[in-house]
Amino acid sequence: MSLRIVVCVKYVPDATGDRHFADDLTVDRDDVDGLLSELDEYAVEQALQIADEADDAEVTVLTVGPEDAKDALRKALSMGADKAVHVEDDDLHGTDVMGTSLVLAKAIEKTGYDLVIAGMASTDGTMGVLPAILAERLGVPQVTLLSEVSVEDGTVKGRRDGDTASEQLEASLPAVVSVTDQSGEARYPSFKGIMAAKKKPVESLDLDDLEIDAEEVGLEGAWTKVDSAAERPARTAGTIVKDEGEGGKQLAEFLAGQKFI
Amino acid sequence: MAEVLVYVDHVDGAVRKPTLELLTLARRIGEPVAVALGSGAENTAAALAEHGAVKVLTADAPEFADYLVVPKVDALQAAYDAVSPAAVLVPSSAEGKEIAARLAVRIGSGIITDAVDLEAGDEGPVATQSAFAASFTTKSRVSKGTPVITVKPNSAPVEAAPAAGAVEALSVSFSENATGTKVVSRTPRESTGRPELTEAAIVVSGGRGVNGAENFAIIEGLADSLGAAVGASRAAVDAGWYPHTNQVGQTGKSVSPQLYIASGISGAIQHRAGMQTSKTIVAINKDAEAPIFDLVDYGVVGDLFEVVPQLTEEVKSRKG
Repeated sequence: MSLRIVVCVKYVPDATGDRHFADDLTVDRDDVDGLLSELDEYAVEQALQIADEADDAEVTVLTVGPEDAKDALRKALSMGADKAVHVEDDDLHGTDVMGTSLVLAKAIEKTGYDLVIAGMASTDGTMGVLPAILAERLGVPQVTLLSEVSVEDGTVKGRRDGDTASEQLEASLPAVVSVTDQSGEARYPSFKGIMAAKKKPVESLDLDDLEIDAEEVGLEGAWTKVDSAAERPARTAGTIVKDEGEGGKQLAEFLAGQKFI
Repeated sequence: MAEVLVYVDHVDGAVRKPTLELLTLARRIGEPVAVALGSGAENTAAALAEHGAVKVLTADAPEFADYLVVPKVDALQAAYDAVSPAAVLVPSSAEGKEIAARLAVRIGSGIITDAVDLEAGDEGPVATQSAFAASFTTKSRVSKGTPVITVKPNSAPVEAAPAAGAVEALSVSFSENATGTKVVSRTPRESTGRPELTEAAIVVSGGRGVNGAENFAIIEGLADSLGAAVGASRAAVDAGWYPHTNQVGQTGKSVSPQLYIASGISGAIQHRAGMQTSKTIVAINKDAEAPIFDLVDYGVVGDLFEVVPQLTEEVKSRKG
């Protein structure tokens, strides 16, 4: 039987752009270019490698996001994923992690899965908790923050490098996995891959398709509220000296003045 | 006064500093009730009482070490059910965030992660967070359920505030999913003897300019003279010069020490995301145009192989 892999990806504002908040304090998507979150490329890569190792596997990329989020799906398809699912609905604007995880869980169940793979965090929200919440919602094992992952005989194995220890983990499928940026360089789409991606199916779903009430998602349905967002004041210009042989001593003098020494 | 649950991060009973900082923040909202799990949990009580815990709920079972995350969620939920707290605070470690998130979805509550400050508000605790590589500061609150908030290290001072700290055994029944992910083996990290990166008061980091794994000895030398932790930029980690656990930046640790010293680091957005909330920033770089100099309180344009050893010697001689 085919191994069904669903990769959750996010379309995010480019981290090197001038990111800011819109008037309703959601992430402004209009003034900054969007792209497939860099950290999700690692998830796509590991999905493709696991699929290569399996006798028979199908990789579906899934995103929840506005119309432009198709760009992120297209990128993943051009890397080699087989098909895509795009959940798009005007009522989703401003959805928080709880709403997003609900939508993803429903879409994953509808698609059918043996293995869900996500990145370690998004590069915009940076919470890093969505995979754990997905596992809770789906009621399957959580095998997260892996820097090494493999699947064999219905079992997922991986290495989780924590602050105090490195752990070898093991769980039976179905399961939710997340991978770190240490899991292996993501491939670049080939020209052939880019051309092939244009013909791959992208299924569009809305909240009705997933039987989700609009009140459960969106800015109004969020379980958290942002009251204010302020740009951090620019740091006041510091003293900069050129080393003429005494740079280290001058720096020590500064640190002593600040009571660090 | 309302009770506030504080999840305790400890190593065999030794309470880690971020948990003591959480107690300071918890006291702003209510009476801290600590939850300590696993081997040595009871030994945490004295330190927790010293810093304001009125009660310490403890549980130990092999499940906490043998399976990932879920047994701890089950226990924290048991504590939540027993206490009906006004808020749940958890240290923002990778595991802490996962435990908090799963608890939040179970109890139907919103979650805020990586808070850097917390104060009482009319509509519940108000959390301060950094966004977009710390270029913005937001204030948020949980609008549904009991606020579940994870807080980053170095977000509050550790304050002595003696309280009863009465130890009570927490009764936990594990859920069906508790044994879903087995921890087959665990290899503890070798201790460097240096402070934990995210908790350190001073961090000394090296980047591309360090130019080789062997040259990190210079960075370590300066760090040791100051009692500092050692960090590395993504460029240095990707080059294999220093372990990923020491990476500072968007995909590594984010640190907020009293003093951050960047050596041979240009200051790309990826790195700034992890360090620009540091109180005092110092940089050494041979390129006067490097963006890191936009952030610094004091910068030296020069060769780090000259400047850093001289600084290290000067620190040593001043410290005598």
